[in-house]
Amino acid sequence: MREYLLVILPLAGAVAAALWPSDRTRPLLLPVVGGAHVALTFWLLMRPPVVAPDAWLGFDPVARAVLPAVSLLFFACAVYGVSYLRVRPERSNRVFVAVLLAVMGLLSAGHQARQLVVLWIATEAVTLAAVPLLHFNGTPRAFEATWKYLLVGGTGIALSLLGSFCLGYASMHGGGSGDLTFAGLAAQGAALSRTWVLIAWVLLLVGYGTKMGMAPMHTWKPDAYGEAPGIIGALLAGGVTTVAFTALLRVRAVIAASGAGAIADRTLLVIGLFSMIVAALFLLGTRDFKRMLAYSSVEHMGILSIGAALGPAGVFAALFHVWSNGLTKGALFLSAGNLHRAAGSASIDDVRGMSLLTPRSSMIFVAGLFAVTASPPFGPFFSELLVLKAALASRHYAAVAVFLTCLLFAFFGLSRVVFAVVDGRPRPKTVVASRRFVESAGLLVSPALLLLLSLWLGLFTPDVLREAWAAAVTQLYPTP
Amino acid sequence: MLDLNLLVGLAMGLNLVALGSSRLPSIIRATALQGVLLGIMPLLLEHDLTWQVVTVAVATAIGKGVVIPGLLRRAMRAAQIDREIEPYIGFVPSLLLGAGGTIAAVAVARALPLMPEHAQSLLVPGAMASILTGFVLLIGRVKAISQVCGYLMFENGIYLFGLLLITATPLLVEAGVLLDLTVGVFVIGIIVDRIQRAFDSLDTRKLTALRE
Repeated sequence: MREYLLVILPLAGAVAAALWPSDRTRPLLLPVVGGAHVALTFWLLMRPPVVAPDAWLGFDPVARAVLPAVSLLFFACAVYGVSYLRVRPERSNRVFVAVLLAVMGLLSAGHQARQLVVLWIATEAVTLAAVPLLHFNGTPRAFEATWKYLLVGGTGIALSLLGSFCLGYASMHGGGSGDLTFAGLAAQGAALSRTWVLIAWVLLLVGYGTKMGMAPMHTWKPDAYGEAPGIIGALLAGGVTTVAFTALLRVRAVIAASGAGAIADRTLLVIGLFSMIVAALFLLGTRDFKRMLAYSSVEHMGILSIGAALGPAGVFAALFHVWSNGLTKGALFLSAGNLHRAAGSASIDDVRGMSLLTPRSSMIFVAGLFAVTASPPFGPFFSELLVLKAALASRHYAAVAVFLTCLLFAFFGLSRVVFAVVDGRPRPKTVVASRRFVESAGLLVSPALLLLLSLWLGLFTPDVLREAWAAAVTQLYPTP
Repeated sequence: MLDLNLLVGLAMGLNLVALGSSRLPSIIRATALQGVLLGIMPLLLEHDLTWQVVTVAVATAIGKGVVIPGLLRRAMRAAQIDREIEPYIGFVPSLLLGAGGTIAAVAVARALPLMPEHAQSLLVPGAMASILTGFVLLIGRVKAISQVCGYLMFENGIYLFGLLLITATPLLVEAGVLLDLTVGVFVIGIIVDRIQRAFDSLDTRKLTALRE
């Protein structure tokens, strides 16, 4: 029952927000629902429920290993959202708040989906729901970004439906009865038609890979993250991409059960490395600090994909990285949002000297830079180290070399942009623009908290999380 | 089965009509007609008509055949764009691609391991041909509305493939209705944005502010 509540609660909150009369008090629904959601997920994390093997939706070990991170990120964004919407009184926030809550409900459903159709419907619904959020600023640039997001994302989601059809056909071809739960499909094992399984894998990898934003299907990402409010960027980078990643993990387990696991792993490794290379190259060239975060997200999706390719140890590391990347990215996006709002631009051609104008946000932004580029003792350092160890243990030396080189170039690219924005003397235009912006506590507490969580995750990874990740690995790699 | 193949064949013909059309109203008409054909198909496929199958059929025919084309026409009027289509990929190359793709689809479908009851069906090649047509229109046309038509054809191809599974897992096929919703969002986006005057000519070549 509690697992359904995770979906129903935010959706009910969304309905309440849509009906709420006052623009001023409506945003308060965000932290209320977000707080209840966090409490519920952590209760479930500590006391996991028994999931029926044929359940279509359930808080199974895979959901348990990632959903609390998304819930935590959402709560931080929700707290930030109250202050953020207060500095944006010129636009009605009815649609924004309602859709944001609906997205959380759908994300909860997507993470817990144990069946092909439920998973697809949740992902598709999240894709569509994100449209008004991306278009919140209402500028022509926001429209362009939304159009591209919908075109690329829509094609990706359509391909993943086609992939689901192919997997269903593979099951029917092998004498299946139409049971499309992942457990049921995996139980068919080698009876699944190999040709159709491989076609399905390619389509699902491209489809859900588009949602994750892996190269070369990442083209919507810089535009969307660049134009959307920082809070939306944080949720897309830490929540929506995670749904797609869990989807790929679940599908991969079915493919592996059918005997094509080695092929799946190889494709995941190649696409992951390619994403890292593309991201590192674009990071060296970008001149916009929000688009920079998008390319950094592409890079980290690559790391997740590489982890998923490296067997049980790699998947464990990838699940760890879901947490450390999601929380760190949240801190970066929210502090970048503050800088953007204060400076009125996100380009390093216009913005500099922000450490004088918004000192606290700049401090979080710089610390976030070090965290996300895997400096110890932040979370990403330890999770990436585990990915690296898994790669070395499985003798993927060339992959390790590419991985480390890309991390280095990503560090150059990111630090170049971040210090250009923070250092120096601000332009007169920026000084004037920033006078209208107040670094209120509400805009700082969330990014600071997320950064501290990332630090805490690195220094004292709680045992319950380690146990949750290990349980998820056992679910994904069942011992026959 | 013969009747179904006839309808799939007609739908494949409409793909080529859409690829060769130089005016928006005719490309919208081709997609609408294809939508109605797709709606009839589940009725022919099933021997005993359950309410689920009838719902899929009616929803598809109304959604793809009436609602979306209606919205597209409205968007066209709202935007007052000129009705000539400007292609990136010319009409003759598009048609050649479409025709070549259709032949290739038939050949590839023969090589795929199909279940005995689907061996004689044109559904798989029809699906592949429609998906290819959709891609050509998505990539090869400039106007937003013709891109939406391309997406619709692409999605129709997926629906055709889904018909193979309608008996075993009707829910999976019904989920495809959500893709029509995506198309709806596209078109409503155009209409709404037109009202806000942010997007003047519906020429996607002008969407170039965001790039490296």
